[in-house]
Amino acid sequence: MKKKMNLNKSTKSTLITIGMVVVTYIVMMILTQAGALSSLMKGLLVPLCIYAIIAVALNLTVGILGELSLGHAGFMCVGAFSSAFFSICFKETMAAGPRFFLAIVIGALISALFGLLIGIPVLRLQGDYLAIVTLAFGEIIKNIINVLYVGRDANGFHFSTKDFMSLNMEADGKILINGAQGITGTPHDSNFTVGAILLVVTLLIVLNLINSRSGRAIMAIRDNRIAAESVGINITKYKLLAFSISAGLAGLAGVLYAHNLSILQAQPKNFGYNMSIMILVYVVLGGIGNIRGSVIASVILVLLPELMRELNDYRMLIYSIVLIGIMLFNWAPKAKLFREKYSLKRLLKKDN
Amino acid sequence: MSSFFSYLINGISLGSIYAIIALGYTMVYGIAKMLNFAHGDVIMVGSYMTFLMASSLGLPPAVAVLVAVVVCTVLGITIEKIAYKPLRKAPSLAVLITAIGVSYFLQNAALLIFGANTKMFKSVISLPAIQLADGSINISGETQVTIVACVIIMIALTTFIKKTKAGQAMLAVSEDKGAAELMGVNVNGTISLTFAIGSALAAVAGVLLCSAYPTLTPYTGSMPGIKAFVAAVFGGIGSIPGAFLGGILLGVIENMSKAYISSQLSDAIVFSVLIIVLLVKPTGILGKKIKEKV
Repeated sequence: MKKKMNLNKSTKSTLITIGMVVVTYIVMMILTQAGALSSLMKGLLVPLCIYAIIAVALNLTVGILGELSLGHAGFMCVGAFSSAFFSICFKETMAAGPRFFLAIVIGALISALFGLLIGIPVLRLQGDYLAIVTLAFGEIIKNIINVLYVGRDANGFHFSTKDFMSLNMEADGKILINGAQGITGTPHDSNFTVGAILLVVTLLIVLNLINSRSGRAIMAIRDNRIAAESVGINITKYKLLAFSISAGLAGLAGVLYAHNLSILQAQPKNFGYNMSIMILVYVVLGGIGNIRGSVIASVILVLLPELMRELNDYRMLIYSIVLIGIMLFNWAPKAKLFREKYSLKRLLKKDN
Repeated sequence: MSSFFSYLINGISLGSIYAIIALGYTMVYGIAKMLNFAHGDVIMVGSYMTFLMASSLGLPPAVAVLVAVVVCTVLGITIEKIAYKPLRKAPSLAVLITAIGVSYFLQNAALLIFGANTKMFKSVISLPAIQLADGSINISGETQVTIVACVIIMIALTTFIKKTKAGQAMLAVSEDKGAAELMGVNVNGTISLTFAIGSALAAVAGVLLCSAYPTLTPYTGSMPGIKAFVAAVFGGIGSIPGAFLGGILLGVIENMSKAYISSQLSDAIVFSVLIIVLLVKPTGILGKKIKEKV
């Protein structure tokens, strides 16, 4: 009997999380249909999905695998560029639906592959060293994309890392990736429905992984690597599994990002380490290892600066103070005492 | 050949700046076991202070630098007291996020106070350039001062830690906080002192950085900060000679790859070297290997 209850608990939790997303989606769709949403809010719907997906992806690495990654924006960048490259190559020759579906698959698979390739050497390191190496990889990816030139003419593809001229294309040649100018003319395929579906898919993948045998192995490695190894868990295999799934999901967010804008450039502000850090903030504030928390925190923290737009110059200052304040409130010994003293539960108990 | 030497000297000069910043990272990491992400922004505050004192108030450069050092030292101690001290026992990720919060705060406060416009920093160094090898190698005053300052700081810091009581206390706290406290070391005071020294060094680094690369914005400190962090890891985080070595090597590699390979790819090359070094020596060049106990 007890066993059955436990099983239900995780399924119930998964259902609550998915249900939350679905209800939010329906409410937002009704509001959009009724015209009750401002254009600013409408423009934020897809980014909300993007950030929620990548926060869940990062939480898999930070919370479940227990390794600090500061390079997830790099995986997002890989997913964005590989899928956008695919989309502009087949812009004229394929219908929008199947093309976008393939772009999503390609973006996620290629960034998962990158996650695997980077993970093999990197996951041997630990703690802060791993963090700095993932940061380094993220910066390298961004840097290389910024010097990459790809064009296509009748003879096929041309590559260069110098400039447009050294592609040596025929007169009919078309540039596809133009160095720091990035990719222009990506079809606008992302919308809120696709975003919400991908978010649900991401949640299903991650939550099912956590509740599976592999997930328990991954968490055992997180809690005590040596103990896990001594009971016969293959450390490398499970670490790589979690890391590449996490990278693939980050790539998924990248695909949504790329197809939401017509110009895609790898700049410090969208794919640099600052972005990785921002997502880490969502994960930590949502609760490390708490998947539902990541979704809620990313929604709140994306909306917060936008809702404070009237305060324009002061909003990021307030944001930073809120950030420090939450951390102090959560962890400072005095704040802990204060919370215990005035907690709602205790006050209610007193009344009874 | 002469151009090789000028690239090398410029690289060492850039590396000296990284080394001075990396010292701050490494000392704080050694003692408080935290990555102080706000360190790069203390550099920016130091530069703005010097700019304000020298260009706007017209104070002599030496006084301006002194004011900047004092302001940054006070700032470092204040940040430590308000934001980091209550979190001594919190998980390291919580402290990391707080440090990121402080970094955002400093950047945006600077944005509000000084505006987003780029300020042209007037070099505070007025030494004449040295010509070597019949004028084919030109070493600017900024380069000379930077390299000399780095060497002096390095020697002074090593002597301070080896010879003084406060320095020995720092070593003891970084080795074992609990045991140090039992031996009568004032742990909180020592940590504050570390932050003070680190921030004062950041101010010096800010002045040197902006004298060599004279554009100043609220985000000036963040990229050099990250590079210096890389340098600290490169040399072995927590090790003072490691920070020095890592900084110099990083500066030389960056300048050499800018000169001989590609200026756009220099960051990628620097980071690749870091990754290769860490894969061969997982705790950095001079880092100590910590044995895991079961």
